[in-house]
Amino acid sequence: MLTFILKRLGFALITLICVLTLVFLVVRILPGDPALVILGDQASPDSVAALRDRLGLNDPILVQYASFLGRALQGDLGNSMVTGRPVTSEILNVLPYTLELTFAALVLGTVLGVPAGVWAAVRRNRIPDYLMRLVSLIGLSLPAFVAAIILMMVFAIHFGWFPVISAGNAETLTERLRQMALPTLALALIMMAYITRVTRSAMLEVLSQDFVRTARAKGVSPSRVVWTHALGNCLIPITTVVGLYLGILIGNSVLTEIVFSRPGLGKLILTALTQRDYTLLQGMIVVYTLMVVVVNLATDLTYGLLDPRIQYK
Amino acid sequence: MTDMAHPPAAPAKRRARLGLLRRLNLSTWIGLVIVVALVLAAIFAPWLTEYSPSKQNILHQLSPPGDGHLLGTDQYGRDIWARLLYGARYSLTIGILAIVAAMIVGTFLGMIAGFLGGRTDIVLMQVMDVILAFPALILGLALVALIGATMGNIIIAIAFTATPAFARIARAGVMTQRDREYAQACRALGFSGPRILFRHIMPAILPEVMVMSSLWMATAVRTEASLAFIGLGLAPPTPTWGGMVREGYDNILSSFHLALAPSIAILLLVLAFNLIGDGLRDVVDPRLKDAS
Repeated sequence: MLTFILKRLGFALITLICVLTLVFLVVRILPGDPALVILGDQASPDSVAALRDRLGLNDPILVQYASFLGRALQGDLGNSMVTGRPVTSEILNVLPYTLELTFAALVLGTVLGVPAGVWAAVRRNRIPDYLMRLVSLIGLSLPAFVAAIILMMVFAIHFGWFPVISAGNAETLTERLRQMALPTLALALIMMAYITRVTRSAMLEVLSQDFVRTARAKGVSPSRVVWTHALGNCLIPITTVVGLYLGILIGNSVLTEIVFSRPGLGKLILTALTQRDYTLLQGMIVVYTLMVVVVNLATDLTYGLLDPRIQYK
Repeated sequence: MTDMAHPPAAPAKRRARLGLLRRLNLSTWIGLVIVVALVLAAIFAPWLTEYSPSKQNILHQLSPPGDGHLLGTDQYGRDIWARLLYGARYSLTIGILAIVAAMIVGTFLGMIAGFLGGRTDIVLMQVMDVILAFPALILGLALVALIGATMGNIIIAIAFTATPAFARIARAGVMTQRDREYAQACRALGFSGPRILFRHIMPAILPEVMVMSSLWMATAVRTEASLAFIGLGLAPPTPTWGGMVREGYDNILSSFHLALAPSIAILLLVLAFNLIGDGLRDVVDPRLKDAS
């Protein structure tokens, strides 16, 4: 178990270093002098030269690379080119908003998606099944921003039940939940679509197996067969999909953040892109990679919890 | 299986292809009809509307549907129906070309990795995993922002995010086929590696790749629309569906139909590609019939 975790962490580290290298190269290859970007076109050649010196841009490329990599691995991602504040703290400021949104969507999507998938599998080729298949197909065809806008039109503008803006400045818990409701739902619907599909197909496979027939034959109640015997054996594929789409969810949150004017990683990366803040951008890319790597590792470890037969080597 | 050395006669091939057409299910047909209809609408856009997609008319700003404009006009008085029709060109071109590019490059790399194995395999797949270790939308976003939002660049960026998926599926396919009897027979007959790989193994893995590309076209259309919505798509006044949703969103309190029409268009196209992919998967692999 420990060797497995260490091995996976080593792999994650390699991935991270690859990404860091790639980011380093891309930022250096791009046209435009970072010092000029920071100071603006009107800057005097002297001040540009001084800043280049301070940023270490005059050092040999390998020295720059080594110091960049060394500092990045210690959690120091440099200072923002625009605001001058440390990139790490800029990111940590907004990270909770994205995490809270993503996890709320994940939980809601799972809570809705798993029963929907089970229901569809049990009522196979009957109306509930067709309905669920249609709904999940629409759900996974819906871009996150379209889902968000439709929810906003209906529940925030037409009915006025929820605020249009989810600025994250709520003072009470109820207000905070009200602000989170629609962005969460927009992402959860998409998550639910994927989970419903995988639950349904996994359930169909399990339900046709011998042990299910045996359980039924010996008189186990139908609901216990479905919810305990069969669903228990579907948890691995469901976990796989949850892990896979968590990464996509983190990416898609940029769209809901824009629609509902919510702070978060998505808003921050857009700022970085429009202001050409390369240090902030490379920091964010590292953070995104880190999150996906952590999610993958967590998914792998969950398998062991769900199925004791799985041995980590 | 050793007969594979001699290609089957042409008529048999044609019959097989017709058979495939006949086996297509309802889901594929619905998807195909929608895509073909949208392609035709995009091609014949000038015949389907009298309006130009970019001509502004300050006398008809934000007019509601009907009244000379089928779906109303936007904040610049441009006809929404015309913009939808012309916008279909961009969504379709980018979605299809990006995935065709990703399919060719990804499948090729994956096949090489799976067939050669060893160090080539490890290096190639590690690179693919690094690309995959990234939310696709964020990767596309960063790429387009860095290299500029032209049609070619958007296609490259989306293709880049989709390539690893094709490499993976092609590699897995080749690895299961590589040691099958027919492949061994080819080797025994002294066929060269490329000949075995591309003439004999490739046909066996292509159906799976085709299914995948249809599903990924759905994703590509969604990504393109998302980029345009964020403001990193083709620059205005180009009528992109995602950009139209954005303009509608900016005017959402006064006229909600502005965002609704292009949203439905995007949903329809993505849904169509998903339907085709799902349907094709059932045809290609009947074991998975219930997986959709």
